[in-house]
Amino acid sequence: MHLHKYEKWWMVFGAGTLVAFLIILGIGAFHSGSHPNDSKKTIDYERVEDFKPFDNPGVHKVEGKDWDYEVVLIASAFNYNPGVIELPVNAKVKFIATTKDVIHGFQAAGTNINMMLEPGYISEYTTVVNKTGEYLIVCNEYCGTGHAFMYSTLKVVDPNATNDGE
Amino acid sequence: MQQTMVNKIMKVDPRDAKLAMANFYVAFIALLVGGLAGLLQVLVRSGQFKLPWGIGYYQVLTVHGVLLGLILTTFFILGFQVAAISRTVGPLTDGQRKIGWLGFWLMTAGTVAASVMVLLNKATVLFTFYAPLKAHWIFYLGLTFVVVGSWTLIAPQIMRFFAWRKENKGETSPLLAFMVTVNNFLWIVATLGVAIEVLFMLLPWSLGLVERVDVLLSRTFFWYFGHALTYFWLLPAYMAWYTIVPKIIGAKIFSDALARLAFLLFLIFSVPIGIHHQLTEPGIDGLWKFIQVVLTFFVTVPSLLTAFAMFATFELRGRELGSKGLLGWFKALPWKDSRFLLPFIGMVAFIPGGAGGIVNASHQMNQLVHNTIWITGHFHLTAATTVALTFFGVAFWLIPHLTGRVLTKKLNFLGVIVGILWATGMFIMSSAMHIVGLLGGAPRRSEYSEYGGATQAMEWIPYQIAQAVGGTILFIAIILITYLVIQLAFFAPKGEQDFPLAELAPSAEKTPAILENFKVWGVILLAIILFAYTVPIIDIIQNAPPGSKGFNNLW
Repeated sequence: MHLHKYEKWWMVFGAGTLVAFLIILGIGAFHSGSHPNDSKKTIDYERVEDFKPFDNPGVHKVEGKDWDYEVVLIASAFNYNPGVIELPVNAKVKFIATTKDVIHGFQAAGTNINMMLEPGYISEYTTVVNKTGEYLIVCNEYCGTGHAFMYSTLKVVDPNATNDGE
Repeated sequence: MQQTMVNKIMKVDPRDAKLAMANFYVAFIALLVGGLAGLLQVLVRSGQFKLPWGIGYYQVLTVHGVLLGLILTTFFILGFQVAAISRTVGPLTDGQRKIGWLGFWLMTAGTVAASVMVLLNKATVLFTFYAPLKAHWIFYLGLTFVVVGSWTLIAPQIMRFFAWRKENKGETSPLLAFMVTVNNFLWIVATLGVAIEVLFMLLPWSLGLVERVDVLLSRTFFWYFGHALTYFWLLPAYMAWYTIVPKIIGAKIFSDALARLAFLLFLIFSVPIGIHHQLTEPGIDGLWKFIQVVLTFFVTVPSLLTAFAMFATFELRGRELGSKGLLGWFKALPWKDSRFLLPFIGMVAFIPGGAGGIVNASHQMNQLVHNTIWITGHFHLTAATTVALTFFGVAFWLIPHLTGRVLTKKLNFLGVIVGILWATGMFIMSSAMHIVGLLGGAPRRSEYSEYGGATQAMEWIPYQIAQAVGGTILFIAIILITYLVIQLAFFAPKGEQDFPLAELAPSAEKTPAILENFKVWGVILLAIILFAYTVPIIDIIQNAPPGSKGFNNLW
């Protein structure tokens, strides 16, 4: 099939950009291990509190793992448990979350902490919280009338500066 | 030579015109009602307005999504395609037309059934109907009727196309008819996913025949369909760009082979990429998510081809008219012709729209925007501007062509106004959505909420007010479109309105026969689908948690 000269240039440029972009994404994923939530752990959604770690939701400091904190969270219509998550800045944190009923979202607005919670599955995401501030955690997947009133707070605090200015 | 053949049939057969018009009536009623639902949403979300009579925000959201995303689009596309087939490869036979009408009535009955359940607040599960939210079974059955009806209305189009091929052995088929056929195959392959989801999972479950449903599996089938659906919307717009717009500006089709290749690439790459909608979900392996990200990027290639072909056509025409310099041709284009202006605005909107799509589909970048209102902004550029404006541009000549009337100067002028209003309203609304979604993380699919007075949520509110302003302008445009459609269908002066179908440029190369060989492309399509979905689906089934009981008490 005949292609115009300029068209060939355009296709090479366009496709080349795509390939370069994919390589960057691929290195991020498979070399640096930066995947979105892809946990394949399952759970009986009707009895989540009977299983570890969901028998004890909250923020836990852990030892001997690749991360320093675990945030164990249970979502249900229309509530998050725990309601407030407080973490020291620069902590490496693993978020471990699930739902007791329908699909919910778990997103700390303005950050990359964003995953879907689906009944029967445990969602996991590990990251470093490297910026202090209060982040609004919202349910970003429709779950019923109370959907927009389902939220909580992620506080990333600097332990050395707690008393400054207060 | 092929095009002289085509141009023998200058008009859509009046009996096929009736069938096409029936589809347009439903489509434009859906536009008006769905548009009103959209207006109510932006008003509620601005925080300045409350819905009366106990109507729920999410109920209105469901109406908006179903009517505009599924009903307007499907009816309009099938109406346009029936007309295109009749115009290019000849009228349907009486038998084929009967099948077509049966399809139309199945779709309409399904639409009514599903709409009633939504209005009764028995199906407030949004356009995506994600389990385990459980709608009334009549809602799912209604949607099944819409899909089965669409197959029934597509069947005569495909039959007519292949009959033409038999009658004209060895000839290249008319480009527009070929494109219609590709889009029909795309739709049939894509809807198999949602048909499996609804018939074998959601319907038995909502009827109480089975107790539990596998949520992740149902979502995977949904998105197998759901992304290809967006290409089913887009391809008719591309048909108009490739075959209609050149004629309107007085140009010829740049390359027949290139256009066919673009469509075939859409066919094989639009289905096996649905998992890029599920990047932040548990239960699907990261490797397979990435593979579908790669496949998603391939689908950009035919859009790049199209962009080249379009602007090549514009420039060649401008230069033919004697314009000078690098961009002088730009001024030579017929800006005051609504049949050109609206599709053109649509093309321009597809540049940021398509770029945003790349962001959404990107493995890790998706996490920043997933389920934020950025996504809503994205498809209001692609579907609700690129596709919608091209459809309106088509309606402005196709409706009078079918009803034996003309697009008068005055009506054309109102059409131009529609284009300007739409561009303005959508620019305001969609920009606000993109910005606050990307930088603020504001969620989509949520009603007005101050989230306990959180600082971040307070920063979202001005953008929500901007969305209301944009949405209001859009609704004014919809009222104007409704007026125009009624005028063009019933009151405009009688006369002959042209079906502007461009001819192939004399310099264009002969189309290779391989591009017409559906068997080859079908096998490639099947192979890629099997490659992209077999492992993830086996994985999802083997690794499944206990299924979910339904929830119908949450809205």
